[in-house]
Amino acid sequence: MAPATKKKPSKQLKVKKSPKKVQIVPVKEDSSTESEEEAPPQHLELGDDIADDDSASELSSDGDEQLADDFLQGSDEEDENEEKASGSESGSGLGSDSDDDDDDDIVEKSRKIDEKRKREEADADAEMKTNIQEESDEFTLPTKQELEEEALRPPDLSNLQRRIKEIVRVLSNFKALRQEESTRKDYVEQLKHDIRSYYGYNEFLIGALVEMFPVVELMELIEAFEKPRPICLRTNTLKTRRRDLADVLINRGVNLDPLSKWSKVGLVVYDSQVPIGATPEYMAGFYMLQSASSFLPVMALAPQEKERIIDMAAAPGGKTTYIAALMKNSGIIFANEMKIPRLKSLTANLHRMGVSNTVVCNYDGKELPKVMGLNVVDRVLLDAPCSGTGVISKDESVKTSKNLDDIKKCAHLQKELLLAAIDMVDSNSKSGGYVVYSTCSIMVAEVCFSVATCIHRVYMFPFLCPMFLKYFSLNIIQNEAVIDYALSRRDVKLVPCGLDFGRPGFTKFREQRFHPSLDKTRRFYPHVHNMDGFFVAKLKKMSSTKPIAKPSTKEKDEEIEPAKDNDKPNNDINENGRQSSESETRRIRRYRLQTKNGEKADVTETSEPEFKKRKKRKFNREEISKAREEKRLTLIENKRKAGKQQRKNDE
Amino acid sequence: MRPLDETEMSAVMEKLYKFVGNNLKNLIENPSHEGPDSIPGRYCFRMNKNKIYYCSESLVKRATNIARPNLVSLGTCIGKYTHGGNFHLTVQALNLLAANAKHKVWLKPQSEMSFLYGNHVLKSALGRITETIAAGDGVVVFSMSDVPLGFGIAAKSTQDCRKLDPNGIVVLHQGDIGEYLRMEDEL
Repeated sequence: MAPATKKKPSKQLKVKKSPKKVQIVPVKEDSSTESEEEAPPQHLELGDDIADDDSASELSSDGDEQLADDFLQGSDEEDENEEKASGSESGSGLGSDSDDDDDDDIVEKSRKIDEKRKREEADADAEMKTNIQEESDEFTLPTKQELEEEALRPPDLSNLQRRIKEIVRVLSNFKALRQEESTRKDYVEQLKHDIRSYYGYNEFLIGALVEMFPVVELMELIEAFEKPRPICLRTNTLKTRRRDLADVLINRGVNLDPLSKWSKVGLVVYDSQVPIGATPEYMAGFYMLQSASSFLPVMALAPQEKERIIDMAAAPGGKTTYIAALMKNSGIIFANEMKIPRLKSLTANLHRMGVSNTVVCNYDGKELPKVMGLNVVDRVLLDAPCSGTGVISKDESVKTSKNLDDIKKCAHLQKELLLAAIDMVDSNSKSGGYVVYSTCSIMVAEVCFSVATCIHRVYMFPFLCPMFLKYFSLNIIQNEAVIDYALSRRDVKLVPCGLDFGRPGFTKFREQRFHPSLDKTRRFYPHVHNMDGFFVAKLKKMSSTKPIAKPSTKEKDEEIEPAKDNDKPNNDINENGRQSSESETRRIRRYRLQTKNGEKADVTETSEPEFKKRKKRKFNREEISKAREEKRLTLIENKRKAGKQQRKNDE
Repeated sequence: MRPLDETEMSAVMEKLYKFVGNNLKNLIENPSHEGPDSIPGRYCFRMNKNKIYYCSESLVKRATNIARPNLVSLGTCIGKYTHGGNFHLTVQALNLLAANAKHKVWLKPQSEMSFLYGNHVLKSALGRITETIAAGDGVVVFSMSDVPLGFGIAAKSTQDCRKLDPNGIVVLHQGDIGEYLRMEDEL
């Protein structure tokens, strides 16, 4: 430390200042004694250098003697020094002015030291940057040869995991970290491939997921799929209260907590010393094991006392018993279940929980309107059959099983069930008129009704829920599109579910446009809400009239339907009928104009619902006259449409 | 679903009387709040597929349009008829019985599980017992926290119980809530 030693003689001048400068780093305000001289030479250097430069600039005219008098000045300078010391190191770059005599050398030396330091720092920075770059450069996409080799060997999980992480990092900061010759698409392809082999998805599914989510969220989602959701239970309010139940269970050694603020009956179980499904309390019907997402449709349904309710897919009975508890065993619930083996568990649960207002029947959901009649109940809960079984954490083979035929069939099934549900609801009911449709998956997919184009236009965007993989078919059903379909086929409208903590559904997706009120539906994700994926929609039936057959319902007539429904109360069927027929005709007009599928789609569309209508038509005079009116109007419209389309085609 | 005929009705009533005694009146005349009508209806018994159901009349009315093969359950199932023509009460009737029980027995906490596995009640398990039990009476078994656990037939009267050795059977097991887990299929 030659500079330091050389400085020592001249330290006398700086002595008074240097202690203060030394203390710049630890304590700013103190003026200390010379004991601070012993402080590390670096500090001295730093302080001295800076002080030198500053003092040099300020005191150059003063001379040596005055340095002593400038003690006070020095203290003023201290603040500047402090600022400069704590600021950038480049403060030392100012010291170009030479001080008097003795100080010259020192100044120069200090300058050199400063420059050296700067250079070192610059080098260090550059090194760091190159290191980073090296790291990212290190990550190159594997060549085809490497991929082939990998394919031969058993999958190396850690390698895959590392590669996945790298690609995610690159994709999230693409401009900075990409390699020149690889396009974004290459990275994405490689990512898909790796996720497939690491997590076990199939190509279709992962392709859709990747298109759906930003990369980081995608990884969160996939990780969330891998883990099981915590076990929840619901207190049976017919027999006990949540507080009491929690006490009893805690005494037995169960570690639990209230579920969330949105539920007053839910408890989540972290771990338990006794089997939670076999405690005497469970057997006495004090609680029910249920996933948190199953609370949601019943909360959205909000059944009132003394209402008539139908639960169309009731087994194993968690939701039905919840409904009964909310109704306090008043009113009547029809619990329907199609599969016989599941009926046993349904009845057992109902009896165990002390539900006495339920009638259990075994019908196909589509036949229920024939049995129950039309317009008979206040509310209907349709938990569409894609759920109830198979969570990915339980049944991982599901990740790879799905095909297009299932998709089509299930889409059809869900739509039929929803229409049946809507038909059974009494739109004039005093306190009800609601249908809640829920599925344990969330998909925005577009399945064209026309069979020919179906294959081309299926975009799968699975939105969560592990279960969707098992019933991928059902889940691909594109919940939004099913609701869309119902909105077009029946006089219903979407109302808020009352579940504000979910994410709103899609009103548009890619090039598809749904009815704008679809944002009242709610979606729940495992990686956001920590529950199984869920989709809930609440529909209110405005009247029993059925709109005349429409062409493919991709675009919706936004303005008219909701406006009309909002304005008029739901009392008089006739009024509603007329208005709805007006809106329908206008809707029809717009559909015809907007249809992109061409006439083929129209044909398939019209034949189906008309056929259905014929089966379900009730023959009373009002309806007949209304129907005649509607037919007349549509014939007129059709003629007009045909003319317009002719003109369009000619163009 | 059909109403019960005379013999069936009397069999059911007899069985219930053993457990419920004079509270049988309550059972039948209780106003029921089920059903969407604002006027409370009454309860009645119906039979479907050899099972007897206790339900409110409004439920019955609305369930008539469900075909017999498709109707699975109605209100509360209280018991079933065996092949031999005997009527047995099942555990699903427990809520009903417990609410109106005349003869009760309370079990000690450590012996609850034994009863829930289907074993008979031994004297050592008894916590409390109502006084006026005679042999052959229907008894409802509770836990010390007044949670109904099941029911059975008293093997001995209360007096005799006192003289019994600890391993003697006090209540013969007929139904318990553990059956929901053990015998779900047979319910």
